[in-house]
Amino acid sequence: MFRATLNKSLAVRASPSRAVQRSLRTLVNLSAACLLAFTLALAVAAEAPQAAADPALEKRMLQLAAELRCLVCQNQTIADSTAPLAEDLRRQVREMIARGESDTQIIDFMTQRYGDFVLYRPPLKSTTVALWFGPFALLLGGLTIFVVVLRRRSRMTADQFEPDELDNPPPAQR
Amino acid sequence: MKALRFLIPLGVFAVLAAFLAVGLKLNPREVPSPLIGKPAPKFALPLLANPNQTLRREDLLGRVWILNVWASWCAACRDEHPLLVEFARGKRVPIYGLNYKDTRDAGKQWLARFGDPYDASLFDQDGRVGIDWGVYGVPETFVVDRDGVIRFKHIGALTPTILRERIEPLLKQLNV
Repeated sequence: MFRATLNKSLAVRASPSRAVQRSLRTLVNLSAACLLAFTLALAVAAEAPQAAADPALEKRMLQLAAELRCLVCQNQTIADSTAPLAEDLRRQVREMIARGESDTQIIDFMTQRYGDFVLYRPPLKSTTVALWFGPFALLLGGLTIFVVVLRRRSRMTADQFEPDELDNPPPAQR
Repeated sequence: MKALRFLIPLGVFAVLAAFLAVGLKLNPREVPSPLIGKPAPKFALPLLANPNQTLRREDLLGRVWILNVWASWCAACRDEHPLLVEFARGKRVPIYGLNYKDTRDAGKQWLARFGDPYDASLFDQDGRVGIDWGVYGVPETFVVDRDGVIRFKHIGALTPTILRERIEPLLKQLNV
């Protein structure tokens, strides 16, 4: 319906050339198709959580799964991944929640088997100090060098610098 | 000293290049297992060949053994399989298979077709024992010592080099 109105409004406009009209119509058709696809996707997305038996459990499972790295596709969380292992681990988390285990117990279960690598937020310990504070140390080092260079330069006299390009000579030389 | 200052960026570049070169050679798929040096996880699984027979971790205490995780759907398992069959002929240590997330029929057919190097294969249909062992990329191979402690783990297909340079020396060290 909205496509028809749009087409009509296009027709009313001061007669654009045939080619332009055709391409505009294609554009309108395309955007209508996109809109339809998007609406459908939204509808599907909205339905998915209802399939779970217990929404509260599912929510907590997803929260935990979002903290855990999928080892098969390493840049995805267990919550995002569709790898069979990720499905198995989601099932594992779901079962552990149902058994009343705490978040810490579940995270421990995973790290005992897969190591700290499964954690998207690595723990702070002696082996990860460089990981946590390295970037700040580098930033501080860079800033220090920057400040030192700037200070040294500000103490230099003007004749120690190369003269400016002479495309447009300065108005009044000393 | 001042004259050499132009070398500083070169030095920085060399350090950076060295780090990147090492980084390029690292394999991100190989995540060091936290299980090495720890007791092997408990399991009690039916055998692939015989659903009525169960094998437990305790049954294997007192001997050095190898666990090889495989599945009929796993292409890399097929690659390493001849090597494993060959190694099993030497009869140095028992090799147990963990048939991971497979079906009984497919697993049995696969062994009939490509040869069976295993003393027995455990049937882990839903992959729970796999999770306990930290399995994430089939095939995987573990070496377990007499005390039931995991001494070595390899992720991915076995190669003659891994067998020669990692597993054989370890077996020797364990007096097998």
